[in-house]
Amino acid sequence: MRNFIFILLKEMRSYFYSPVAFVVITIFSVLTGYYFYNMFANFSTISFQAQTDPMIASQYGVLNVTEFVIRPFFGVLSVVMLIMLPMLTMRVFSEEKKTGTIELLLTYPVQDIEAVLGKFAGCMGIFTIMLLLSFPCMLLVAFFGDPEWGVIISGYVGLLLMGGAFIALGVFMSTLTENQIIAAVLSFASLLILYMVGATAAFVGEVMGRVLEYISILSHLDTFAKGVLDTSDVMYYLLFTIFFLFLSMRSLESKRWRA
Amino acid sequence: MINVKDLTKTYDNNARGIREVSFNIEKGEIVGFLGPNGAGKTTTMRILTCFMPATSGSATIAGHDVFEESLKVRSKVGYLPETVPLYTDMQVPVYLTFVAGVKGVPWKKIKGAVGEVMEQVGLTHMAHKFIGELSKGYRQRVGLAQALINDPEVLILDEPTIGLDPQQILEIRSLIKGLAGTRTIILSSHILPEVSMVCNMVIIIDEGRIKAMDTPENLTAQLSKSNRVMARIAGQHGAILSELQKMHGVKRVDTLGIGSEGGTSKFSIEFEDASQFSHLVARLAGERKWDLYELTPMKMSLEEIFIRIVTEEEMKK
Repeated sequence: MRNFIFILLKEMRSYFYSPVAFVVITIFSVLTGYYFYNMFANFSTISFQAQTDPMIASQYGVLNVTEFVIRPFFGVLSVVMLIMLPMLTMRVFSEEKKTGTIELLLTYPVQDIEAVLGKFAGCMGIFTIMLLLSFPCMLLVAFFGDPEWGVIISGYVGLLLMGGAFIALGVFMSTLTENQIIAAVLSFASLLILYMVGATAAFVGEVMGRVLEYISILSHLDTFAKGVLDTSDVMYYLLFTIFFLFLSMRSLESKRWRA
Repeated sequence: MINVKDLTKTYDNNARGIREVSFNIEKGEIVGFLGPNGAGKTTTMRILTCFMPATSGSATIAGHDVFEESLKVRSKVGYLPETVPLYTDMQVPVYLTFVAGVKGVPWKKIKGAVGEVMEQVGLTHMAHKFIGELSKGYRQRVGLAQALINDPEVLILDEPTIGLDPQQILEIRSLIKGLAGTRTIILSSHILPEVSMVCNMVIIIDEGRIKAMDTPENLTAQLSKSNRVMARIAGQHGAILSELQKMHGVKRVDTLGIGSEGGTSKFSIEFEDASQFSHLVARLAGERKWDLYELTPMKMSLEEIFIRIVTEEEMKK
């Protein structure tokens, strides 16, 4: 536990000592903020037109800020996460291997699980800061409109779980290579495939289609964005995270007997 | 304290590694690993510090097996790798606090331990600097500091003085000597005087095998059982040379210098066996009424012994 805390603090600190944290957090905020502006501005234009023109109003049905701004916003956040989180996780083990500091880390009385969890939690810390910085957008919606807070909370829970899964996969990829770029490309590519695999579901028959649908990392976010906390979706992200953290541990462990 | 038995490590590419290395180190000893580059010093140290496993054989530190009870071993060992890998983006005290934390220094003592160890290695005035800004010598000190911070029973230092300037080398050496006593220290080096100065046991290792293991004094005495003597004699060079060559038990005589230092000549006289022989030269000089200015048994330096051990092996092949 104690080692976990020290490694977590060290990881968080090194993100802020190097400009990585600032760059990733800033760009994440700029991108999500920009999309939010577009969606919110679009919504207010539509609402304005609907007020004056009943034709347009009937075209859109019920104009609901949760439906038109918040739910799509979570979708956008997930895409930006998909791009940014591999940049965050690529260094965790690769950098230590490249600079040789792993030699000291592995000869300290630290268990592999503590090292993996500490580094995972360090990334989660940075990611949580990123998510928190997108929260003012919700406050803005609440200031001008009347969003459903239940949806907002379940959406953020979903994003946090999804981010955990992304980070766990990234940490694992980082244990495989000492090259940070390879680690980033591997995590990005595998996340992208898991993200898009749902699209194939339509062509491959019913059973296979449902399997692919379930594997797809994106489809599980939908229920959260609708304000539903479904245990099967929560379990999907948790199991995904645990699975890749377990693989990371194994990969790290194998360095000891494979070397 | 450290028991190593038949330790063997082979790499996939068949290069380097070590073969059947065995030694015992008692508590409080300072042991020097000596060997050319690629001899297996670092491999041995990496196995002892649990960084990599051995292919076969066993090693225990303070009664704990390095493979089975790795965590216990790691908490007792302070390790300084050859390349001194440090987190360059951290400040010195922040880094040392992290190391103290993961090495199990009690929460309340961490701050004190960091201050103490920085004082000990002479880093106090570098407290505000990032490790990346430090010179090689200071990085080496940070490396030593992280090895020492939890006051480990065993210190394993891989080339602790490499890349330092002479002043720093002296400082680090005296620091290491000062650490001895209660601690057991293994250090590797290819600088021989360093090992003979600091260590009370030397292990010479080459091509993955132990070639010799003894105290520096014994090693010198045993291997340099010098059968050569240097004599400086005044007089006619040719006559003296032929007389010396005729002497009983002499294998060969070399001239080291003629007519230098006031008409004296220098000879190196090699005898067939290594028992007492200097007096024979003195006696001869007395009989012939030569003026004998100097008579010194020629000892081999550790360097020569080392080269001899290593090259003899090659010749046997």
